[in-house]
Amino acid sequence: MRFQLRASILAGGAAIALLSAQPPAVAESIFYPHLVYRSGAYAPNGIPFANGVADYVAMINARDGGVGGVKIELEECETGYATDRGVECYERLKTKGPGAIAFSPLSTGITFALTEKVPIDKIPLQTMGYGRSESADGRVFQWNFPLLGTYWSAADILIQHVAKVSGGLKGKKITLVYHDSPYGKEPIPVLQDHAQKHGYIFEAIPVTHPGVEQKAAWLKIRQTRPDFVFLWGWGVMNSTAIKEAVAVGYPRNQMYGVWWAAAEPDVRPAGEDAKGYQGLALHPAGADYPVHKDILKYVYDAGKGAGKREEVGEVLYNRGVIDAMLKLEAVRTAQKLTGKKVVNGADVRLGYENLELTAERIKELGFEGLVTPLKVSCRDHEGARKARIHQWDGQKWVFVSDWIEADTSYLRPKVEAAAAAYAKEKNITPATCP
Amino acid sequence: MAELGPVLEVLLGGLMSGVLYALVALGFVLIFKASGVFNFAQGAMVLFAALSLVRLAEWLPFPIAFLVTIIIMIAVAWAIERLVLRPLVGQHGLILFMATIGVTFFLDGFGQTIWGSNVYQLDLGIPASPWFLLESVFPGGLLVSPIDVFAAVIAGALVIALSIFFHSTKIGRALRAVADDHQAAQSVGIPLNRIWLIVWSTAGIVALVAGMAWGSKLGVQFSLSLVALKALPVLILGGLTSIPGAIVGGLVVGAGEKLAEFYIGPAIGGGIEYWFAYVLALAVLLVRPQGLFGEKIIERV
Repeated sequence: MRFQLRASILAGGAAIALLSAQPPAVAESIFYPHLVYRSGAYAPNGIPFANGVADYVAMINARDGGVGGVKIELEECETGYATDRGVECYERLKTKGPGAIAFSPLSTGITFALTEKVPIDKIPLQTMGYGRSESADGRVFQWNFPLLGTYWSAADILIQHVAKVSGGLKGKKITLVYHDSPYGKEPIPVLQDHAQKHGYIFEAIPVTHPGVEQKAAWLKIRQTRPDFVFLWGWGVMNSTAIKEAVAVGYPRNQMYGVWWAAAEPDVRPAGEDAKGYQGLALHPAGADYPVHKDILKYVYDAGKGAGKREEVGEVLYNRGVIDAMLKLEAVRTAQKLTGKKVVNGADVRLGYENLELTAERIKELGFEGLVTPLKVSCRDHEGARKARIHQWDGQKWVFVSDWIEADTSYLRPKVEAAAAAYAKEKNITPATCP
Repeated sequence: MAELGPVLEVLLGGLMSGVLYALVALGFVLIFKASGVFNFAQGAMVLFAALSLVRLAEWLPFPIAFLVTIIIMIAVAWAIERLVLRPLVGQHGLILFMATIGVTFFLDGFGQTIWGSNVYQLDLGIPASPWFLLESVFPGGLLVSPIDVFAAVIAGALVIALSIFFHSTKIGRALRAVADDHQAAQSVGIPLNRIWLIVWSTAGIVALVAGMAWGSKLGVQFSLSLVALKALPVLILGGLTSIPGAIVGGLVVGAGEKLAEFYIGPAIGGGIEYWFAYVLALAVLLVRPQGLFGEKIIERV
């Protein structure tokens, strides 16, 4: 009897030991790497975007239990908008968990660096409203997804708008004040093409990082008196440009910022003087959309908001929310297409290439009025190329135009030619699309 | 006259920017004069001071916020002297310089952690719209920014105050004695630690003034710490030990880089003012290795 008892205890102990040796049951999750800049010269613009992404992912986890029933693990990595640190973050996070679903560096410089790495690691690069303009050609840039609009689209839309409001551009002067980086240089070829086509005089003035020294540029503008100034800045460069425009008496309502130069952190530091300043809008500002109600209910009411409650709905916050939504929609599409719950980068690429946001789906997601319909394909990785113009009234952004669509008949051949040149240089065989 | 207008305008704008550079350079000079330490953290101190002021001013009346910020900067000076410099007394100057690089990163990060990383508006009540002078002589007049004029006046007042402090007060004389020879100054009973605290506190207050001038122009945000990089060519040019050198160096760098950007920039693609300042400073070093106003160091070997 004693022997039996001892044997039972031993057997039980062994069973427990065996059981405890098993790896603990891990809840299924997908890994969402998030490259952010919450400190440094570009933090005022990086923070609201990062908060938008974090809050949307937190809301989806809290409300829906994740995407397709799988929890989303989000991890931030601080890049400080520096390319080297961005690449370091990418290398650190790309294989984490079941593998990164996709990266969004929020920096054209980091995008340029990662564009050569992502095909090897098989991870998509979502660059909503930024990145290489020719990456819209999905046959060559199979892992890049510059959704909703590239800088070439932005430049084309701006020209369409100013041509319309000024009754033609012949003999007019347009000056581009740009961040002297890959980002700032992107629109130049399109603005030069249009100068020939429309007959305006084009001048481009570079501003060195971070953009706090612009006096010489604006004194030149005071002398040449361009009819329009386009601003392709980021971070403190934008608010400094508006302040310098005030200092040389250049009218703010003749200034147009790209969509990265037309948010609250760009105009608020200039106070009342920013009134009249205009810019491109990929989407509206405001927190009255159903998605915001859910974010406030599931995230902020639970005391888990990434930022301040009153900042929910700012331009760059909303852009972060849309960026995260598009990424998760690509994941959802990938789950449907592959039948897998936990998807990796290669699966998500398939999701992106088949991503379609119809008006009905946008409504279901709570984004009605916040984002335009979009359809990505193997050839077209941009999906949509529309923007509106909004103007700062001293308190808030007000739309002053309807949606304007970039002219694909002009842009697409340009994109394809640039992509073909890139393919030749890098020895890439373009994909065959149906 | 019509052709002269733009030149004068760029020159004037450059000189005004130069005053702002000089304000930052002054902080470097003060510390180097008194302790032989090249304080790389001066830019970070500008940011930290301006951030403290602008955030405190959200809750407190401005004069009180200003006073509290001065106390904070004295506390920072005390902490740097006690925790960083004192343990390194007697070490090579390069070690002290490296330690101040560490202080830079700490202050940049710590400042943003406690005060935030956004752009904060610092409204000193100075009109932003430009003044146009001599409109009858030059078509369109000569443009002058009131903020720049304000900064120039403040810088001028600061230089006068510092000159009086250095030359006519007991502490000032002690500072000069320490600057000339640490050991000799100590041997006649001048307390080195107290002198360092005073000089770092003064540099902290200069940083606050520079932060206010730059912050009212650009908004208070991280890039203020980068203006320190603009002070480096000023120091190369003006010499590390001369207050008038910092002022003249600032003016030469400011005017030189703006004129270069305006007239040479377009021919070579623009965006040259950042590095042109260094070219200018290095050109001066070719002729005067000690800078325009620096002391010639003669060492017997």
